[in-house]
Amino acid sequence: MQDHSFTTTVFGRLTLESLPIHEPILVGTFIAVAALGLIVVAALTYFRLWGYLWKEWFTSVDHKRIGIMYIVLAIIMLLRGFSDAVMMRLQQAVAFGGNEGFLHSSHYDQIFTAHGTIMIFFVAIPLVVGIVNFVMPLQIGARDVAFPYLNNLSFWLTVAGSVLVMISLFVGEFARTGWLSYAPLAEKAFSPDTGVDYYLWSLEIAGIGTTLSAVNMVATVIKMRAPGMSLMKMPVFTWTALCSNVLAIAIFPALTAAFFLLLLDRYLDTAFFINDLGGNAMLYWNMVWMWGHPEVYVLILPAFGIYSEITSTFTGKRLFGYGSMVYATVVITILSYLVWLHHYFTMGSGASVNAFFGIATMVIAIPTGAKVFNWLFTMFRGEIRFELPMMWVVAFMLTFVVGGMTGVLLAVPAADFVLHNSLFLVAHFHNTIIGGVVFGLFAGMTYWFPKAFGFKMDEFWGKVAFWGWVIGYWVAWTPIYIVGLMGTTRRVNHFDDPTLQPYFVIALIGAVIILIGVLGFVMAIVMGIVKRNKLRDVTGDPWGGRTLEWSTTSPPPAYNFAITPVVYELDAWQDMKEHGYKHPTEGFRPVHMPRNTATGVVVAALATALGFGMIWYMWWLAAISFAGILVVSIVHTFNYSRDHYIPADAIALTEGKRAQQPAARA
Amino acid sequence: MTIQLVNKDAQRVYHQPEAEEHYHSGGATMLGFWIYLMSDALIFASLFAVYGTLSRNYAGGPPPQHLFELPLVALNTGFLLASSIVLSIGMQAMAAGRTATMWRLLAVTGVLGAAFLCVELYEFSSLIAEGATPQRSAFLSAFFTLVGTHGLHVLFGLIWLVTLLVQIAQRGLNEDNKRRLMCLSMFWHFLDIIWIGVFTVVYLFGALR
Repeated sequence: MQDHSFTTTVFGRLTLESLPIHEPILVGTFIAVAALGLIVVAALTYFRLWGYLWKEWFTSVDHKRIGIMYIVLAIIMLLRGFSDAVMMRLQQAVAFGGNEGFLHSSHYDQIFTAHGTIMIFFVAIPLVVGIVNFVMPLQIGARDVAFPYLNNLSFWLTVAGSVLVMISLFVGEFARTGWLSYAPLAEKAFSPDTGVDYYLWSLEIAGIGTTLSAVNMVATVIKMRAPGMSLMKMPVFTWTALCSNVLAIAIFPALTAAFFLLLLDRYLDTAFFINDLGGNAMLYWNMVWMWGHPEVYVLILPAFGIYSEITSTFTGKRLFGYGSMVYATVVITILSYLVWLHHYFTMGSGASVNAFFGIATMVIAIPTGAKVFNWLFTMFRGEIRFELPMMWVVAFMLTFVVGGMTGVLLAVPAADFVLHNSLFLVAHFHNTIIGGVVFGLFAGMTYWFPKAFGFKMDEFWGKVAFWGWVIGYWVAWTPIYIVGLMGTTRRVNHFDDPTLQPYFVIALIGAVIILIGVLGFVMAIVMGIVKRNKLRDVTGDPWGGRTLEWSTTSPPPAYNFAITPVVYELDAWQDMKEHGYKHPTEGFRPVHMPRNTATGVVVAALATALGFGMIWYMWWLAAISFAGILVVSIVHTFNYSRDHYIPADAIALTEGKRAQQPAARA
Repeated sequence: MTIQLVNKDAQRVYHQPEAEEHYHSGGATMLGFWIYLMSDALIFASLFAVYGTLSRNYAGGPPPQHLFELPLVALNTGFLLASSIVLSIGMQAMAAGRTATMWRLLAVTGVLGAAFLCVELYEFSSLIAEGATPQRSAFLSAFFTLVGTHGLHVLFGLIWLVTLLVQIAQRGLNEDNKRRLMCLSMFWHFLDIIWIGVFTVVYLFGALR
């Protein structure tokens, strides 16, 4: 008995049974992941890269490196989230009639929850934040973001969240409550195990990181633009980044509060979202969707910005209707905050409330439609170059418009009563998120890849990725639209009606085609690295770009711009090229830059330990980690020497090398 | 129109070599901190909304008019408002460069903040002793969470304040410390405003029921 209470004190509710050794799929995954991890660790040790990674990347406050690290994190998490997707497709394709499939319901529920949570919080958000981090300061002619240290901390907090999600795969369970963990199902009475706790702690920690990052980006856009860049001369991507981050600041507090209250319900037995003591579960739904709906615009607005930049670059024209594009972006930002209730028209709020939210939802289609026409008119009579980024833009327009139309259809409350919780809805949001956000992020990664690394991605494999995703998307989701319209509900791991099976088999084939796209993208990067000397971009302007990021070298030096540029036109770099701009070779001054710091890594490691301790009721671990976070943060403030100067000689040397390279394409 | 054409043809200067070349660490801090405060305000807004929704769901437990002792809350409010006034006088001293006065006033602010927290803890413990625990009803859950979150913010402000006391003692009022004091002062006044909301919505309206 004595012994038992000792292990409870040390390990909380963590026991050997918490390890899923009876689940062959998980054991196999664990062995594969562990083996891969060992190979990576061994390779890093063998090539003596740990010091390099630590000094040049992990502790870096350089916005470009932090952006790249965000994207690497997102691609790793994409592989995890996508494996979940393939497993679901496989299960639904075989589990008919007497065949139970290979996933029992408890495991299947964890998979669809993990898929949604990971794809939104640890793939889409890090990709968007990463691209904004990398591109936006370059576009506004800044040397770094407003708060470089905070930027590093934000990134590592996102990592801490994803580490907790990954731990849940092998230690204990993940939530089985769907990607927003609705109360009352997520309450302790109905989900007593660690799943929901993993969910809540990982998202609270990552959410703090995202909020801080948004504050950082907004302050950067407002305060650090190059001289001459008035708001209406900002590139559209910077505008969308600004609106997206303003929106993130406005919505993440609601999510943080909702999760905080659910945590209180689970840990302290308060009564917020339970019926017994006067709580109200719909309160939770309102709060999470007040975050949840604007969140899709947090993701898609920067994607719209990416499409705008690419369309204008690859048609060789200034963007059609820049002003209307900006106003459309701002209007979408505001409207997106007024539609959240359309996620549960069936709650029973009454006709007037539903009518308001239904109409507000439909109205969003107007500014979005304006954007689509702006892109079309930019392409009209342009000299379109169908290189990879532009191909993604065209695929986006064709795919996204369908998603937009099914969205307007779902916005009709009467139709929603029929389609609520059906696979039609699931197909709709995958249509907008894959066809809108994911295509945009792939377009952006392909477009700015040479800026980040100094060479383009491999074109053949890039096209494999493109066709895999585009064809795969349509093959996978068209049948889901159809079965959804016929009334099939979501989150089901077994069907009785055998006539549905062909649709799910086709959907599985689509998922496999997308798999080719996913692997093709990884290959495009790998083959790009292999053939980097052939794909090298020596000009810094490989696509004939129009905005300031193309005026510096590829990859840009740590200080971005040797001398801060002065902006006269919307397409600042195009204007410079037209005026016969030459890169300066003298007159450099020392550049003032922030120093690297390890505090972000340490705080995030302690936050992971705090989350783990809380999840498993290891109170000592939680207490020590929390105290540790406080101490490390306070000690960090006692360090007053946080910056250094890059001497003018060093800059002259770097820029001198550049002057010998061929001039940029005008 | 002609003027614009002339300007377009003129040789444009794309750099300002004479301009000061540095990365601005301080310029954006105030704005960034303001934005952070607004996001914090939205957390409180959510908690107020939750309180508003649940504040009549007593589930057979005690209603607010039987729980709140207004004199105690008045005392508490007095402590917090006084601390804000002292801090703003301190900020005047900072602007005038009187470091020692600033330090003492900051310390007084901290003492008043600690007094506020002590009264709040006393209030919470007596409520819990009466059986009015956060677990008793949705109303009490919302009450403890809203007021407690504000209290945790004050506690965090106190830790920050003590850290700054040490840093000012070590290094005086340098640019970094001045900037931090400006942020702390915004944070502290912000908590004051939140408290006025709590005092009105929770305690006054509660006692009127």
